[in-house]
Formats: sequence, structure tokens, C-alpha cells
Amino acid sequence: MSTLSTPDPLPFPSGPVRRHRGRGVAVVGSDIDTDRIIPARFLKCVTFEGLAAGAFADDRAERGADHPDGPHPLDRPGHQGASVLIVNRNFGCGSSREHAPQALMRWGIRAVIGESFAEIFFGNCLALGLPCLTASPEVVTAIQEAVAADPGTILELDLEALEVTLDSEAAGENRWSVHLDPGPRSRLVSGQWDGTAQLLSHEEQLRATADRLPYLRGFPARTAAPAEA
Amino acid sequence: MSAGTLYDKVWDLHRVADLPGGSTQLFIGLHLIHEVTSPQAFSALQDLGLTVRHPERTVATVDHIVPTTTQARPLADPLAEEMLATLEGNCAAHGITLHGLGSGRQGIVHVIAPELGLTQPGMTVACGDSHTSTHGAFGAIAFGIGTSQVRDVLASQSLAMSKLNVRRIRVEGTLQRGVYAKDLILHIIRTLGVKGGVGHAYEFAGPAIAALSMEERMTLCNMAIEGGARVGYCNPDETTFAYLRGRPEAPDGDAWERAVAWWRSLASGPEARFDDEVGFDAASIPPTVTWGITPGQGIGIDEPVPTLEQLAPEERALAEEAYRYMDLRPGQPITGLPVDVCFIGSCTNGRLSDLRAAAAVARGRRVATGLKAFVVPGSEQVAAEAEAEGLDAVFRAAGFEWRQPGCSMCLAMNPDRLEGRQISASSSNRNFKGRQGSATGRTLLMSPAMVAAAAVSGQVADVRPLLAVPAALH
Ligand code: SF4
Repeated sequence: MSTLSTPDPLPFPSGPVRRHRGRGVAVVGSDIDTDRIIPARFLKCVTFEGLAAGAFADDRAERGADHPDGPHPLDRPGHQGASVLIVNRNFGCGSSREHAPQALMRWGIRAVIGESFAEIFFGNCLALGLPCLTASPEVVTAIQEAVAADPGTILELDLEALEVTLDSEAAGENRWSVHLDPGPRSRLVSGQWDGTAQLLSHEEQLRATADRLPYLRGFPARTAAPAEA
Repeated sequence: MSAGTLYDKVWDLHRVADLPGGSTQLFIGLHLIHEVTSPQAFSALQDLGLTVRHPERTVATVDHIVPTTTQARPLADPLAEEMLATLEGNCAAHGITLHGLGSGRQGIVHVIAPELGLTQPGMTVACGDSHTSTHGAFGAIAFGIGTSQVRDVLASQSLAMSKLNVRRIRVEGTLQRGVYAKDLILHIIRTLGVKGGVGHAYEFAGPAIAALSMEERMTLCNMAIEGGARVGYCNPDETTFAYLRGRPEAPDGDAWERAVAWWRSLASGPEARFDDEVGFDAASIPPTVTWGITPGQGIGIDEPVPTLEQLAPEERALAEEAYRYMDLRPGQPITGLPVDVCFIGSCTNGRLSDLRAAAAVARGRRVATGLKAFVVPGSEQVAAEAEAEGLDAVFRAAGFEWRQPGCSMCLAMNPDRLEGRQISASSSNRNFKGRQGSATGRTLLMSPAMVAAAAVSGQVADVRPLLAVPAALH
């Protein structure tokens, strides 16, 4: 297996996530599942530390030095230190393992742009403060091609304007709009993506909800049927 | 927007608060945990100085990493032992019930919660495992979550969620003999696609669903997630109540009647509105197997591997990748493809009825020479029931290995794995590249009866002729 996994240069997300600026790395292909993002053998751990080495481990191993397409993008020298991952359709399908975004985050990824994302993966990324932005296939392909052609290309993501700006020596500057649903967007931009405290702040409502659930109250005779539906 | 469906009723009942940004704080009625996705959540809880809010609503077991040949402690793999010990420590520290090895109640988390009667209609069920959709078979709203969410549920017994659309999948008619819930869901996923359900809860309804046993409904809902639907469910009915009655954690005494009345009231009524609806005819569904690298790449047993021209343009790149990886030619028949390993087990198909269906095929026959075949019961209880019926003896006599319960080669986090390019006939739920422990290993998903048919034939084979004439009568 490759030993090129980079030590993480950026701090993990904290507080509001409004913009991100960094170099990109493209992993092309649709339906890339979490078993490929991090093979199951790397799940044998009780902490997330050290997961960077597992990111795309089997795909990277398969693309050894003699592979006709060259090494896996994550192992190309020009992409070391990249922080924006650009992917295609249904990225992150399969298992619910948070190890997948954890591995990507620990490799250095701070934002993902793709055509579409699997739901649990999207939610797991959100819980870590990693935005998953969607864009049209044309825009995604254009960014992937620009980044592959010139790994020094700088991407600037603006979650408030919902725009990505690409600045490369070869292709010049380009700007496209990207999509992020209002809910996740406002949670990222306001810094409320790490929601434990918020959930705990609704003490009254939590208690009231527990109190009206028939199965927590021994199915009382005059149970309030869920008529409010 | 859906209204009046079981999903809507359960959602509204569990709604704690509206959160900024449009999501909802949802109360979680039952939280299931296991050794793989919980340790980091407990560490995070500790870092935040928090405790478990409802330890009595959290239940733990160990399944993913357990060996199936010998389960003596300490486990041979030190990492596996560390994960199990960590789970034991966390459960003890927080007062959480753990159904551990040898307790008589251990098994795959999605097998034990229903069999203990923990999973009930009208609950919200969450677990750090995507196949949590299984519990929807009871008319619960059940979904997989990530580790940060496991932390949130431990801390607050609730989650930030966005409401899904509800699609009703109506299945008319009757399944043919030799065609099971596994074939039905593989057929549905093949038709609607692996992303077809994204953003949706699937309500399975119609006469064919009403005719399914609870175990078959669990198989169906288990794989809703493979069709992109995070939630899949069936409305509770007499079959549901009959299954639950007398289970250790099910209500009893006078509470039973009141519970049933409430459960009945939850079902989607005639006035329910769905976001959309799709129909299937059960009678037209053949035994179905996957040929590719996603659960959506399935075909009827009599069909050839599809050619590029037969596929929609956006499916072709993945098909080409699958031909290469699986080493299959477009247009070649799937019947007759030699297999190396046969695996019967997993939370999809590791229950008693699955083992019975496979044993009916194995009885009086022999596993083909050179082929490795093994059966991993889904839980200690399934193992005990199967042994009481003599199914273990049927399998052993046919040349299958009879193992101890766990996830096993569904995801190969334990020593059970494919080697090199081996190809498996598997009753599990995922055929992703590398899923069964070898980065180049290949998986064909099918029903347990079809796996048994492959085992005795040495190749992919239609189970129907084998059922028509029991081998013992030859
Ligand atoms: S049997 Fe497979 S799918 Fe089910 S919980 Fe275990 S690993 Fe996950």
C-alpha cells in the first residue's frame, strides 16, 4: 500500500464554515461506496486516529506505480495537501460508517463537491463540519479536469453565495454556482453543525415527548393516539 | 407531501422540536449499539462531559468482529478483543444492557432486537449501522446513523433529522415457489435503481407484502437502504402481532391488548397520501441474482448478463467496470457460472426461515467438491432453534460448515473472508468491490435457497427444479 498519506496540515473544522480555499483532488466514478472509501478492515479500531492511511486504501493499492493510469489521485505528489475532493454521482453509498468521512478528513479533505451524495454519508460529513456541495455534471467534470490537469489549481468555495471559483494558471478564472440545501447550509454557516448542545437545550420538549410515547408509559389505557398527525 | 401514513404518524409523535435550518429534532425510542460504531461515540461523550440520557432505551450486542469458529475469550485477534472489551467497559460504565457472547441472546443486532421483542410498531429505532431499516418490518421508523449521531442519541435520546418523502411500493399477486423476499427486493432495487430511494421512505404494501412472514418482511426492509431508501417499512398487522406475542421484551398482560390497539391505529389508512407510488407484480419475479458490483446490478436467473446496449446510458460506465471486475462477458448466461465459496447468513438472511429454506435444498444432497460452504446463524437463538430442528445436522451431512453467530463474511471483519479472486454465492446484502474481505474478491447476491442450490451444483443454478423433486425421493 502507498505510504504517501499526508500528515494532516489543517485543523479540523470548528465554528462557522462559510468559505474554504484550497487545492483539489478528483476521484472520478459514480456510486463509489464507503467500502471503497475505507475498507472494512480499517474499522477495527476504537478511535478514529490513524484512519488517513485507510482512505481509498484498496483503490490506491490497485493503482500501483506500474498501473497504466498511474497512481491513484490521492497518491500523486501534486495532490498532497489538497483539501477539496471532487467526485461524481451517489458518492458515499453503502455502509453508514462515519469512518469514511473521518478518513477523508484526516487525509486533509475539508469540503467535497459532487454530482450527488448518499444521504447517510452527507449527514456524517455535516456532523464533522465538512460541506458536501452538489453541482451539475458539466461543472463537476470541468473542475475535475482542471484539477487533474493542474494540481496547483486553487478552488474557493463560498457557502453563503453558493459559488465555487476556480483559479488555474492554464484555464484562468471560472465561477460556477453550487447547491446545498438551506438546512445544512445554515447549520454550517452558523456554526451549528455540531448539534449536541442544541439537542440538549430542549430539555422540556425532550421530557414532554418521552411522556407522550405510549411504549414508554406501559401503554396506558387512555393513551393519546397520535392524532395530531 | 405525504400525510396520514404510518411514517407521518410516527414522525409527528416523536417530534421534539423544530431546529434552525428546517430539520427536526426527533426522539429515538430504541437505540441499538454494537462494537464497531460506538467506541468513538462514547469517547466523544466523555470528552464533552456528558452521560447517557436513557441507558434503559439503549441495547448493545457484539456481532461484526466476532469469530464464528471459536468464540472463547480472549478473542484470537487482539484488535477484535479490544473492541469487545471496550464495548463491555462502556456498557458497564453507563448501565447499558449488553447481550454478549454466550448469553443466549447475542447475535447480529438486526436479528436479536426483533427476536427479543425490543423492536415494536410505532417506535423510532436508530443504530450505527445502515441496515437498521430492517426494523421497519414491524411498522417502526428505523434508520442507520453515523458515529456522531450515535453520540447525539446517547447524550439526548434524539437526533436532528430531515423528513423524508414517502413512496408506496405496492406488490400485487403471489411470489412463485422458489422465489423469496430476497428476490423481491433485489428485483425492486434492480428496477428502481440503487439511488431510486434517496430522500424517500419506502412503504411496502399490497397483497404480496401482507402474505409475507415477519422474517421475510425483515429481509425486504433490510435492503431498502441498498435501494437508496434510508427507511423501509411495512404496516403492522396480525402477522406482526402474532410474531411479537410472548417475546421477552414485548408488552404482556393487559398492556398487550392496549398495545395492539395502538399499533393497529398507526397503519397508513385509506386516506393516507403518498408522495408517489410504484407497483410490482410478485408472480412475474424470478429468482434474482446480482452479476455486478452494486446490488442494483441484478438479473433473473434465466437472463444473460446485460449488454451495454440494454442499459441506460448513465449505467454503462459502471457496467463496464463491473464486467472487468467480475470477469464476466456481456450477454453470457449467469446460470452455470462456477463459484468458490457459499455463504448463508447475515442480517438479511440469517434467520430460522432462511436456514430452513436452504436446508430444504441441501437435504440429501452434497456440496460440490472443492467448494467451501458455510452457514452462520444470525443469533444464538436462531442457532439453538435450528439445532433443535436438526438443521445443523442436515447442513453438516451435506458438507456445509455450521458456525457460531455473527456478521461473518457479510463484511469480513472477522477471519471469514474471500481469498484473491474467489467468487462467492452469498445471502448477504452487498456485492461492492472488496466487500467480502479480499480486495479482488467477487460476490453474487441471492436468496439462501439459491446459495444452497449453488453449493450443491458448484455453480449458479436455478433453485426451482431442486425444490420440485426432493433429492431424497430420487
Ligand atoms: S450482517 Fe452485514 S449488513 Fe448486517 S449488520 Fe452485520 S455487517 Fe452489517
